[in-house]
Amino acid sequence: MSNRARKNNALVDSALIKATNLNRFYGEYHAVKDFNLTLKKGEVLGLLGPNGAGKSSTMQMLTGNISPSSGEIMINGINLVENPKQAKRQIGYLPEQPPVYRDMTPLEFLNYCAMLHDIPKSRVSAAVNDAVERCVLGSVTNKLIGNLSKGYQQRVGIAQAILHQPEIVILDEPTVGLDPLQITKIRQLIRELGNDHSVILSTHILPEVQAVCDRVQIINHGETVFSDSFAQLAQNQPSNRIVVGFGDAVDDADLQSLNALEKVTSLGSNRFQLDFNAPVEPSMLYKLAVENGWILTELNKQEETLEQIFMNLVHTDNASNTLRAETDKNNTGEKTTEQAS
Amino acid sequence: MKKGMMIGFSEFKRMFNTPLAWSVLAVLQFVLGLLFLTFMEEFISVVQPATATSANPPGVTGVVVAPIYLWAGIIMLAVMPIMTMRLFAEERMNKTLSLLLTSPLSSTQIVLGKYLGILLFIFLVVALLTLMPLALITGTTLDWGVVFSSSLGLFLLLSSFAAAGLFLSSLTTQPIIAAVSTFGLLFFLVVLYLSGNTQSNSSEVFIYLSHFSHFLPFLEGVLDTSDVVYYLLFIIGFLILTIRKLDNDRVLG
Repeated sequence: MSNRARKNNALVDSALIKATNLNRFYGEYHAVKDFNLTLKKGEVLGLLGPNGAGKSSTMQMLTGNISPSSGEIMINGINLVENPKQAKRQIGYLPEQPPVYRDMTPLEFLNYCAMLHDIPKSRVSAAVNDAVERCVLGSVTNKLIGNLSKGYQQRVGIAQAILHQPEIVILDEPTVGLDPLQITKIRQLIRELGNDHSVILSTHILPEVQAVCDRVQIINHGETVFSDSFAQLAQNQPSNRIVVGFGDAVDDADLQSLNALEKVTSLGSNRFQLDFNAPVEPSMLYKLAVENGWILTELNKQEETLEQIFMNLVHTDNASNTLRAETDKNNTGEKTTEQAS
Repeated sequence: MKKGMMIGFSEFKRMFNTPLAWSVLAVLQFVLGLLFLTFMEEFISVVQPATATSANPPGVTGVVVAPIYLWAGIIMLAVMPIMTMRLFAEERMNKTLSLLLTSPLSSTQIVLGKYLGILLFIFLVVALLTLMPLALITGTTLDWGVVFSSSLGLFLLLSSFAAAGLFLSSLTTQPIIAAVSTFGLLFFLVVLYLSGNTQSNSSEVFIYLSHFSHFLPFLEGVLDTSDVVYYLLFIIGFLILTIRKLDNDRVLG
């Protein structure tokens, strides 16, 4: 954590990617709505969101695979739409499905990519060797990509994205289909990349974001619903909620005497959720229990984790949709299941 | 443009990573070789004895070599769609197209690169076919002008097939659909030629539009610039359409 904080302080203020008011329509469907994104040098940004939230569309726009319906993308000060060739030199991209030719070997493929990315002939073999080493591809360099496992194909895809040492690496769900050991290695690699490149990462795995990202941006229905750095997150969300459980019946009037208590919510079977209006120490509840001779069965300080934030944001959204659906009495059940999926 | 060429060479090399190009070349060579043998047999045992005493006997080039090129063109109507269907449709299906789209390349470079790859293959087909008439030089003298113009004509004809196939391949995600529609378009142009030549319904416009009407003069050794221009326009037109399609994909796709 201290390492990460130091890095945050050292961040240069220049934005490598600055996307303003991006909109994207697929026919009538408004996939990305007024999306803004800033990526600084040396930053690892996590893009989170449920399926179909617009993560992949956003990444495809940032890499020039599709052009935004409106809005502007500046890559290191170069307009991506007006000067695509120059802007794309700074980007390495791994799409959801690794764009690898199955009838080539990783070595042939990486040499081909080196040519596509204008790596000078004299540096090609060094660049390829470096990428092979970083993605641990050494044992498969001369096998056909089509015969490799999904994990290895994924790694060839990552090697392709970092081959030309781009300023910005954009990875769309890089750890999908990898075994746990490989996931750890790839996360380590992404963290390493964060030292001298900027990384945008999209994923469904929340712990992964916490493990490797400096900042997180949550997208739902094409809109940014949350954007903050982890350092900020910890500061802004001090824990004021405690869940407590007792072995025998306790009157919540006894709990009302606690200092700074705002609200007591009974969770049933002698469990209570206590909300305070100031940060508190859970130990005071232990003392209270001892004084009254209550048996304490649960004492839990509730931290606002990324998972909770994510669930709150996405879940409230689904709940409001459900409400809307309930007014339409005919097919309430159908709609809720649809949204839940 | 160097990068376009590199893409072309890589495409060409990749064709031979799978058995497809090998088997296509082998089957072509076998079928055309048999045809060549048949025509030669016919020429030696029937045509030559019958016309040897006439004032201006037909030569081996006109009777054997030119028809071989015509037949090669006809067979390639079916073969070319198979070679071009992969170019974009397969990349779409395997989601590998984003590799090229993310690289610092223009749509023009991508399209020209792909087209160059298929041109190299066509060159190989024509070169292998030309080996057959070349095999005759130990026994007879060939009309080099006709051999050259037939090779050039076949090359242009097949290049026009490839340009149409490249465009239709850029329209779809399914290689098979690309192949079927390319075959349909190419065969439609043949039908135009046939219907333009019917007695009840003859039409100069139909004949002009069909690619075979511009191929036949080459086989007689006539090198008409208007025929060359027809092929160049055909090729350039479809290449521009393909480039437009790729650009459009980024906006609409």
